[in-house]
Amino acid sequence: MRKLHGIAVSPGVAIGEAMVMDQEGFRIPRRFVAQDAVEQELVRFNTAVESAAREIRRNRDTVSQELGAEYGAIFEAHMQMLHDPRLRAEIEDLIRQKHFSSEYAVSRSLRRYAKVFQSLESQHLAERANDIFDIEKRLLRHLLGVRREGLTQLTSPVLVLAHNLTPSETASLDRRYVLGFVTEVGGPGSHTAIVAEGMEIPAVVGTGPFLTDVSGGEMVIIDGHKGLVILQPDEDTLEQYRREAKEAEALQVSLQALRDLPAETADGVRVRLLGTIEFPHEVQQCTDRGCDGIGLYRTEFLYLGAQSEPTEEVHYDAYACVVRSMPGKPVVMRTLDLGADKMAHLPNPEDEHNPFLGLRSIRLALRNLPMFRTQLRAILRASVLGDVHVMFPMVSTIRELRQAKMVLADVMEDLEESGIEFRQIPVGMMVEVPSAVMMIDHFVREVDFVSIGTNDLVQYTLAVDRSNKDVAELYNPCDPAVLKLMQMTIQAANRQQIPVYVCGQMTSNPIYTMLLVGMGVRTLSVTPAAIPEIKRLIRAVTIAQCEEVAQRALAMEHARDIKTYLRDRVKHVLPEQVG
Amino acid sequence: MGNKSVATVVVNNPQGLHARPADLFVKCAMQYEAKIEIIKDSERFDGKSILDILALAAVQGTELAIEADGPDAEAALKALTSLFERGFAEEEDLSDREGSSGS
Repeated sequence: MRKLHGIAVSPGVAIGEAMVMDQEGFRIPRRFVAQDAVEQELVRFNTAVESAAREIRRNRDTVSQELGAEYGAIFEAHMQMLHDPRLRAEIEDLIRQKHFSSEYAVSRSLRRYAKVFQSLESQHLAERANDIFDIEKRLLRHLLGVRREGLTQLTSPVLVLAHNLTPSETASLDRRYVLGFVTEVGGPGSHTAIVAEGMEIPAVVGTGPFLTDVSGGEMVIIDGHKGLVILQPDEDTLEQYRREAKEAEALQVSLQALRDLPAETADGVRVRLLGTIEFPHEVQQCTDRGCDGIGLYRTEFLYLGAQSEPTEEVHYDAYACVVRSMPGKPVVMRTLDLGADKMAHLPNPEDEHNPFLGLRSIRLALRNLPMFRTQLRAILRASVLGDVHVMFPMVSTIRELRQAKMVLADVMEDLEESGIEFRQIPVGMMVEVPSAVMMIDHFVREVDFVSIGTNDLVQYTLAVDRSNKDVAELYNPCDPAVLKLMQMTIQAANRQQIPVYVCGQMTSNPIYTMLLVGMGVRTLSVTPAAIPEIKRLIRAVTIAQCEEVAQRALAMEHARDIKTYLRDRVKHVLPEQVG
Repeated sequence: MGNKSVATVVVNNPQGLHARPADLFVKCAMQYEAKIEIIKDSERFDGKSILDILALAAVQGTELAIEADGPDAEAALKALTSLFERGFAEEEDLSDREGSSGS
């Protein structure tokens, strides 16, 4: 049994078989062959070895010719490894005795050797592990051949373990069979985190290297609450987690009962509880849990992984789907909030050393007006279908807000001229850059609502990249500096009598609910999975209680004290809450 | 059986017993019928397995015992120790023999 600590990005517990994806996206299935197919499997293995040998010989000759014999020598060594009698005996034994498929036997044996090499003290010798991986890949390529199993062809539930998952990889996964994710790198903002949250399955990221220690098909536990990954768990641990999973399921069922009850405090103050979504299909998850609308609709998925810019119709279809599913309830659409580096159809910006401080979000939109206008047209067209709001992300200056509003007005004019129907929709901005908070008194006079994006506000206030595991610890939503900026924003919005929304991962965590309500927030946008829990908490407290919590928390100096205090208060109100 | 000989060698290559010397060692060992083992700190490694030899992690200066057991043990030992003595000097004549290392 081995425990890995990573960053918890999506809660829940998943227990199941590992599916390992390496850099090339290979999937190494644990498969067994029937007794009478063993001989045939051995032939298959030997054929793959021969093909790999031919390939290595060709490589050696080419490289020797082009660069000289000493460079070809490495392939000489590869050849020797491929034909290593011990390795051959071990693999053939796994196939013959344990009935492993060739792929699984190859992967198991070679990874074991690679691990031995990696543990060697001599740097030079330890690097030989790469040679082993090279041979493994080569053999697998021949074994899997054209039958190479894509991620799209999963047939049984698995936990996906990968170094990192690209948007296109996650997009191609057959979601019905994915129970959870673990990636070696990445942070709370990584694509994997967002997708896992959307799918409501547990995920842990930033564990550091471990893939070489695990083979496909092995039992793994993902603890998305604690950010733990357990490889080869023992029976006691498995039993304990199975029990916890069952209890969590029971709690979910009891929370379902809250579906048709309003998010109203014990003393009768209504809080609007909205859903945060990434994909149109998530609307269903929100309505199933009884939400008051969509507080943040991230539109980025339309751009991610797409080879060309999405057309107006593509935008419109997605938006129409969401708005139609929320009759009479607000849907807040955030315009493109991505960096140019994430968009395949835009040139990579030259000086993007610091993407979070670079050309992204509203800045990118204002530089690519045709693209921005396409999105705004689609949003406006969808406005006739329901209660659509539009919101600009990452606004840092008044000028940017005015420019964005001007583009919107311009697009409205165009639509009007073409006789296309739309409604005058509320226009808001995200407050997630400290400069916007400093100027909030001016901003609130020019928008219909503001929405505090806590993820980015924390990052920009504390100057910490939460996807960097070395500094992620500094990332703390209840840091007093962050709370002070939030308080300034809430007070300015309340004075102007415009709604203030709060979104980001902070709002989905019940430990912050009383604090936020106590600070004067009456509109929260949370992930669909968190709706019942947050609703239950709101219904259990009074405004006076929340205000006291906020007052005490805002008087503290350390994030850690605040967090401990908040956790304690939640436990006091709802003893069975985990948070 | 009964024809067992042992010799002691020291690794002289600056990089230790890395991929190329290990490859040369195995190729040489393969030409003899005798069972070849390398002993390092009383741990035994198969002299005909490149992976085993790499795993023994012999850096420069490591002392190793080579044990050969079989009818041609003497000859095998002589050839193998001479490889160490010459510091696995580049010998191009081995490059055409890959066919013989197949199984």
